[in-house]
Amino acid sequence: MRYRFLRKLRGLRNSGINPAGFHPSQIPFYLFLTPVVAFMLLPIIFIFSTAFKPAEELFAYPPRFFVVNPTFKNFVDLFTLMSVSDVPVSRYLFNSVVVTVVSVAASIVVSTTAAYALSKKRFKLKKTLFAVNTVALMFVPIAVTIPRFLIIARLGLIDSFAVHILPALAMPVGLFLLKQFIDIIPDEIIEAAQIDGASDVVIYWRIILPMIKPAIATIAILTFQATWNNADTSAMYINIESLKTFAFYLSTLSSTTAGSNTVAGQGMASAAALIMFLPNLIIFIILQSQVMSTMSHSGLKG
Amino acid sequence: MNTALSAPSRQRTSTFHTWLHKEGSAYAFVFPYALLFLVFIVIPVVAAALLSLTYFDTIQFPRFIGLRNYIALITEDEIFMKYVLPNTITFAVIVGPGGYMLSFLLAWMLAQLPRGPRTILALILYSPSMTSGVTMAVVWQTLFSGDQNGYLNSFLLNLGVIQNPIQWLQSPQYLMPIMIVVTLWSSMGVGFLAMLAGILEINPELYEAAAIDGMSSRWQEIFYITIPSMKPQMLFGAVMSIVGTFQAGAIGVTLSGANPTPQYAGQLIVNHIEDYGFLRYEMGYAAAISVVLLLMVLFFSRLANRLFSSEE
Repeated sequence: MRYRFLRKLRGLRNSGINPAGFHPSQIPFYLFLTPVVAFMLLPIIFIFSTAFKPAEELFAYPPRFFVVNPTFKNFVDLFTLMSVSDVPVSRYLFNSVVVTVVSVAASIVVSTTAAYALSKKRFKLKKTLFAVNTVALMFVPIAVTIPRFLIIARLGLIDSFAVHILPALAMPVGLFLLKQFIDIIPDEIIEAAQIDGASDVVIYWRIILPMIKPAIATIAILTFQATWNNADTSAMYINIESLKTFAFYLSTLSSTTAGSNTVAGQGMASAAALIMFLPNLIIFIILQSQVMSTMSHSGLKG
Repeated sequence: MNTALSAPSRQRTSTFHTWLHKEGSAYAFVFPYALLFLVFIVIPVVAAALLSLTYFDTIQFPRFIGLRNYIALITEDEIFMKYVLPNTITFAVIVGPGGYMLSFLLAWMLAQLPRGPRTILALILYSPSMTSGVTMAVVWQTLFSGDQNGYLNSFLLNLGVIQNPIQWLQSPQYLMPIMIVVTLWSSMGVGFLAMLAGILEINPELYEAAAIDGMSSRWQEIFYITIPSMKPQMLFGAVMSIVGTFQAGAIGVTLSGANPTPQYAGQLIVNHIEDYGFLRYEMGYAAAISVVLLLMVLFFSRLANRLFSSEE
């Protein structure tokens, strides 16, 4: 009797992982998470709020966190005023969009083909390649900035559009996640297709790709974030102003040299920051359930 | 396979044909990625290792000097020993394991909530990791602005906590704590999502069985069921967090707007590399620091490997 009562109590205390609905036992978690989430959210709200502030609110004393009289003036300024270098902002934005779209598309092709081979094909270097790629998960690009620079210079990629794209395609995390995801496709499906005479290209295109859509969405997001947010490539490898990206332009707005002290400069930087951030958020919201289903196969065997 | 040496050449071409038939298409599928991987990751790492053994000022051809760069780094580089190394260790220890435990704790709590609220809260926690350095530079410089117009200053002045505005990003004593908070803020990334997914994947029967066996506390559940059942995700999260920690090194320079940072207070190993590589053009020396950094990352990843190895 007593035990059954205890078990009932335990059931009450513990509604378990992934519960179906609200349960009083969840209250402590909400109580802990709410302030944390609020803290995390503040700077994000700030990006939105500041972008729409008129000049008098940007420099008001005491400063106000939320915008009172929202205006689009900062965005209008951003697109009408010329940058220091006489390149219109739309040009930077255009470059960013082209670079990002091409990178995401190319990254999907390059990573999925490699992941298919690494997961389902048999060849001599397979184990080595995957092992090297797994070690490269620990690769910190910033550490090899210098040799990378020398190699990119030697390849003649300085001041080319390709330099925005090619380095972003070698993404060990992307390949790793895709390979793990393809691993769960049963070999029997592929063997059956082979017996029916399907070539590798057909298997890749008709069987693998449709089954790994969540993982594709995930590497699309990762590549998107890596290229859209990238200001370093423009700063280091590009000397021609009209080939630089929007992220780079934003970095010039926020640095102290290029007029963030001016009223227009500060407003423009805030508007540009929102334009930088918003696509990340929207794309993630659209694809989040796919990302989560990929992540359940992200395990790294030690 | 071994016949290739002794057999006539016709047979050799036919072995080539079998190879092409059996493995050729696999290599074709791997080739584009493997090439890019080689050019932009493997070769730079090897080049860094080689350059680290030379004196290289970018104008003359690198001159081999053995381990002298490493010796200089340990014995002569006062800034490295006095500021950069201790800073990097402080930063890495708090942001690495600290951020990692925080993301596990948050992921675990989120897993206790129903799907709807969980998705929204997870999105909010993940969103800072989507922001980029350039975006946030704008935000942090305004929030931590040094005059009384700065949000933090204004807030604290109002509360009466401080009497005069503080130059947050320019004062050595505050720069490092701010760097740590800012980095922790943006550290709920891919690793956090992986751990959340890992917790949600655990078979609920394991918990039920444990409850029947008399396991009563949540802490026991975490340490005896949750973590052991998701070791691979724990390891993936750990590697992501180690990489993220060392990758975040640019934050001090972004915040303070200067390299070197004020009185080297926020100088991390990554900034030291850039300082020597791109400001002083001592590429060989900078490469030696890069190698040290890569070894540090490798060391910590090995450590994580030990902790969460799935092979019992």
